[in-house]
Amino acid sequence: MDEKVILKVENIWKVYPNGIVANKNVNFEVHKGEIHALIGENGAGKSTLMKILFGIEMPEEGRIILNGEEVKIENSKKAISLGIGMVHQHFMLVDSLTIAENIVLGNEPKKYGLFMNKAQMLKQAKECSEKYNFNINVGDKIEDVSVGVKQKTEILKALVRGAKVLILDEPTAVLTPQETKELFVELNTLKKQGHTIIFISHKLNEIMEICDRVTIMRHGTTVDTSFIKDTSPQDISNKMVGREIVLHVDKKPAKPGEVCLEARDIVYVNSIGKKALDGVNLKLRKGEILSVAGVEGNGQSELAAVLTGMIKPVGGSLKVLGKEIEEFEPAVLRKNKLTYIPEDRMTNGCAAKLSIIDNMFTDKIESFLKKNNVFIDKKKMKEQAEFLVKDFSVLCGSINHQVQMLSGGNIQKVVAARELTEDAEIIIAEQPTRGIDAGASELIRRKIVEFRDRGAAILLVSADLNEVLELSDSTIVMHNGKVNAYFKDTSKLTEEELGYYMLGVKKQTEKEVNAIL
Amino acid sequence: MTVGQFNTWFEVLRFGLAIFIAFAISFIIMSFSTDSPFAAIGNLFIGPMTSVRRFSTVLETMIPLTFAGLAVNVMFKANQFNLAAEGALFMGALMSAIIAIYMPGPPIMVIIAGMIAAGIVGSLVCAIPGILKIKWNCSEMVISLMLNYVMLYFGTYIFNQVARDPDSAYKASYTFREGVNLGNIIPRTRLHAGIFIVAVFVILTYIFMFKTKWGYKLRVTGSNIHFAKCAGISVAGVIMSSQLIGGFIAGVGGSTEMLGMYSRFQWSSLPGYGFDGVILNILAKENPAYVPVAAFFVAYLRIGADYMYKQSDVAAEIVAIIEGLVIVLVAATAFLSKFRHKMTTKVSKNLLEAGGAR
Repeated sequence: MDEKVILKVENIWKVYPNGIVANKNVNFEVHKGEIHALIGENGAGKSTLMKILFGIEMPEEGRIILNGEEVKIENSKKAISLGIGMVHQHFMLVDSLTIAENIVLGNEPKKYGLFMNKAQMLKQAKECSEKYNFNINVGDKIEDVSVGVKQKTEILKALVRGAKVLILDEPTAVLTPQETKELFVELNTLKKQGHTIIFISHKLNEIMEICDRVTIMRHGTTVDTSFIKDTSPQDISNKMVGREIVLHVDKKPAKPGEVCLEARDIVYVNSIGKKALDGVNLKLRKGEILSVAGVEGNGQSELAAVLTGMIKPVGGSLKVLGKEIEEFEPAVLRKNKLTYIPEDRMTNGCAAKLSIIDNMFTDKIESFLKKNNVFIDKKKMKEQAEFLVKDFSVLCGSINHQVQMLSGGNIQKVVAARELTEDAEIIIAEQPTRGIDAGASELIRRKIVEFRDRGAAILLVSADLNEVLELSDSTIVMHNGKVNAYFKDTSKLTEEELGYYMLGVKKQTEKEVNAIL
Repeated sequence: MTVGQFNTWFEVLRFGLAIFIAFAISFIIMSFSTDSPFAAIGNLFIGPMTSVRRFSTVLETMIPLTFAGLAVNVMFKANQFNLAAEGALFMGALMSAIIAIYMPGPPIMVIIAGMIAAGIVGSLVCAIPGILKIKWNCSEMVISLMLNYVMLYFGTYIFNQVARDPDSAYKASYTFREGVNLGNIIPRTRLHAGIFIVAVFVILTYIFMFKTKWGYKLRVTGSNIHFAKCAGISVAGVIMSSQLIGGFIAGVGGSTEMLGMYSRFQWSSLPGYGFDGVILNILAKENPAYVPVAAFFVAYLRIGADYMYKQSDVAAEIVAIIEGLVIVLVAATAFLSKFRHKMTTKVSKNLLEAGGAR
């Protein structure tokens, strides 16, 4: 047994009750005192693996070896007693209690074995925060403090319980850049004190900055582990998406026509009070695919949500097909021939428990009625559904099967088949090929090009650089809720160049950005 | 075998096993309280079939149960745990009783007017939790539970004010007008024309749910409200109308029970059908077509219990135990889940190995 290895998992299999295989034969090793990054696309199985380590899920097969001994982690209590701590993406804190109270929750210092010893509690919490150089006021109530402080509380909570291995699930997703910097300083302090940290993130630049080694997951398995100093962002991203060859889409040059969607000064403030969209301007033209690139969390998904009426902006205006949109409601926008392939297909894209046929025409059920305008024309629906299933090569036993029985790629095809409808003039496609197999991705991309050639306008929001470069005609890049670059011709753009703008290393002038208008 | 096929097969197996285990446990309990448990359980099973009268009692019992089941079904399908069907049924019964006492005109008109009025009253009752949910996001479950008692005492107040017969020895209203009842379709039984009315409602509910655009939107909304909103469905409207329709069915159910089985209004407590409606939906897996089947099952058990009680020394309450056990086992998603999970794992892995990346 290697002395350095503190935690090791071998051949882990995890199958969820709905039949989805989230982890297949996962092998993973963490060294003592390192910051180990775990990276992978959504649905690659990172979260499942961490849930297994923290006792929230039990694997069907495989072994977990901690400090050279095989352990069984049945629940989180066991995980904590073994010295594994986890900071969830969504905080698990009691809002109405103070930081100190949250930290000691569950093993509060007692007076006479019955009453809480408040003085002792405050002292403990304070000592602990000082020990790790956490600059917080432990007497504050959780509901009054910022997200960054909440996160520190979570970390302290784990440390007080004796965590030697700390799992952080996308810790920077909710933080401002300053808070992120602070967090990194603290993580380095922890590392120096001998703690081991597993750092889950989507953000390559953060991983490059703070981690020692990186493990890449893809489609439920671990594909590679390497030292950060021996690897490069390109290398990691290649392994993450698993496409050594750049994908290629056959398409003719675009013939952009008239403007059909125009957004002006869109501002949106999210639930933590951050300006997720900070004055976004854009124009979308017929017969053109405009892609929105950016590192995840820079406002792209909020932009798609505003344009489709899923959330209401606090400022700005939207014109669709020459008409001013007064009400940001999906029903209103859909009436204006705008369709939407949402990012989260299980939440916004389908009713998983209903059949495929019932999921195919939800937005246009009114055009599948018999003459009396009340009864559904099942025959027409069935014919059309069967046509679409064939046209989009949805792999299914029958159109009457529940959508949840399909694989991710096939569910996405059902969503695409519904949204890429004949009379759609504007299509907002948000991560249309995320987490689905190559075949399904290719088909959906081909369909998108087909619709462009028919004269539809497409806004493609994608985190997949290959997709952005290959599929789109023009590109905008979002950074910190703003558009910081506009490229009229995507084909003249390289991945490196795009990366600089995505990370905010480079920035166009306002005039260059506004060339889109 | 795919995961889907396995799931269907599994559900049937689980249901059968749930009933079997429930009876087995009940049998054990019975054998403690009687010397002849075999005779007792035999009576429970065949009791309702021993005479036309008894079998017709099963059907009579089924009528209000089915109405309640349908009402709850429409509301549950919109993913609203609205339990106000109980209050709606009670108020509907009272409304039609008042009309049956006071409204002039041909009896058939009185009956129709009574039913429609009962339906409207039911709608209003069930609308209250719906409105509060949409407007202020109040829990429809808590509101409707409380509302049922408000309705009971509000109804009792109205009853005392307008319908109570002071000459009656027990607490009852004036008798309904001559001829204002749902008749009698089999001589020497109490089976009334309500059985046809409920049959029509089962069919209408099924058609509404699976054949019309409204039913479609309701199912989508209930299944995934975010998706429904994203697809441009007006979810508030859908939720509201489903509560109105559910309330209407419950109200008509109350009126059918009142005009079919009684000649005076004499309920002084909630009849309990609204809660039975929830049970039926658990048994029927929320499918309106199965609601009457579930209602028959429950009614049969209850009448069988009654017979068993009269024939042997087993308490009729044993049936409440059987009912409870079946429901617990059917509703318990974790029941047999380890077996299911093991099988799902196997099926999925086999599929993976077969190269079908599904």
